[in-house]
Amino acid sequence: MTFFQMTKTVLKSLFTRPATLMYPVKPAKKTDATRGHVKIDPTKCITCRICQRKCPTQAICVDVKEKTWEIDQMRCVVCAICVDTCPTKSLTMDNQYRPAMTARGGLEKFTVAGPKKKEPVATPALADEKPKE
Amino acid sequence: MSKQITIPFGPQHPVLPEPLHLDLVLEDEKVVDVIPTIGYVHRGLEKLVEKREYTEYVFIAERICGICSHIHGQTYVQGIEQIMGLEIPERAQYLRTIWSEYSRMHSHLLWLGLFADSMGFESVFMNSWRLREHILDDLEATTGGRVIQGVCKVGGVRKDISPEKLDEMVKGLRGIEHELQALMNVFLHDSSMQHRLKGIGVLSNDDAYYLGAVGPTARGSGIAIDLRETGYAAYGKINFKPVVEPDGDCYARCAVRAKELFTSIDIIEQCVKKIPDGPVDMKVTGAPDGEFLSRAEQPRGEVIHYIKGNGKKNLVRHRVRTPTFTNIPPLVTLLKGCELADVPVIVLSIDPCIGCAER
Repeated sequence: MTFFQMTKTVLKSLFTRPATLMYPVKPAKKTDATRGHVKIDPTKCITCRICQRKCPTQAICVDVKEKTWEIDQMRCVVCAICVDTCPTKSLTMDNQYRPAMTARGGLEKFTVAGPKKKEPVATPALADEKPKE
Repeated sequence: MSKQITIPFGPQHPVLPEPLHLDLVLEDEKVVDVIPTIGYVHRGLEKLVEKREYTEYVFIAERICGICSHIHGQTYVQGIEQIMGLEIPERAQYLRTIWSEYSRMHSHLLWLGLFADSMGFESVFMNSWRLREHILDDLEATTGGRVIQGVCKVGGVRKDISPEKLDEMVKGLRGIEHELQALMNVFLHDSSMQHRLKGIGVLSNDDAYYLGAVGPTARGSGIAIDLRETGYAAYGKINFKPVVEPDGDCYARCAVRAKELFTSIDIIEQCVKKIPDGPVDMKVTGAPDGEFLSRAEQPRGEVIHYIKGNGKKNLVRHRVRTPTFTNIPPLVTLLKGCELADVPVIVLSIDPCIGCAER
């Protein structure tokens, strides 16, 4: 039979700072590897649509004609597969979480540079686009 | 013979955040029969396999459960690799083992906290979760996610851990070991805990076997079933013994999980010592053609992923048998004959994860 098993722990907790963070007021702890949200550098995107095909939640929509790259942040599950597969490294993972939302939304649209004219294009869809430009 | 009344327990209940519904048939304060109902959080994840490529489905397989996410992903990926006959790099095997043991520790600490909470021991709940935070920090630093790690992929893992970080992880675990020991002393030796747990909800060895109990529920009844002994991932090269307790009551199931924490630390340390250098992934081409029954040990017990492919990018069938699902029949047996006040403790003692059980 043992008594006062937790006295040591209780005393320690009394004289140390709280183990919890005042989260919304103070930022949450982050590491370099933390997957926060996807960011795009619009100047590097070549609208190859690999990210759109690989996305498990179909959160990314790339319009080749309009040269836009759109992400629905509410659909995105931050798996970072788009970041891994992006051939030009235009997508990066930011380690800050997106702020909470109180209304519907989360759609982010970017106008991107599109494919460079003289470079060979990978996907057949892009090859169709070429003559029109 | 007194009148029988039926009391609904769940799907919304203060002690159990999981949507499990039990109809308790009572005679006075004694439970005489239990009718379980699940089906409140069915998401149709198995059907999704027909719409997503087999490589993307890893992320969906991981989201079957919020606690043992890494092991679900790993089991699925192992099945695909077996069908395609891939020999993945050894370093990836070891990394998977390390992350599985980390998720086992985080799951067990979460459960120990909730278990203490179910009997009203709030301060132990807080202390368990404070220690769990250390595990989650390490997971976040190495994988990028606190609970959904997302590191498994077909053909290896997506992230490598540097040797310095591996040493640091082991040092960190050894650092919190004495705190864990102090906390487990409370679980195993505190008189109020023993009073609340000993002799409550006894599952006999035969019952556990014939009702198909798995994981700590079976090991708490003296059945030494531990899938890790089959040597998947890097477990074949690691020395460890499954923790078995013979009594079969709530205390035994609690003791199994408490002692497994230290086994996990040992396994992680051995892995870090033995981990070879080399690549962590390999190039995968083609698509799986065939079927495989992939098994692994989760914190809650044995999980089975049945995978069938027909040589196309989308699989034909994916079926998961989760440990909680198999532990429901033993739970019904456990509850028969107990007092109403013991129901929360007994239900928690099998570690129910209904999100898992329903997919």
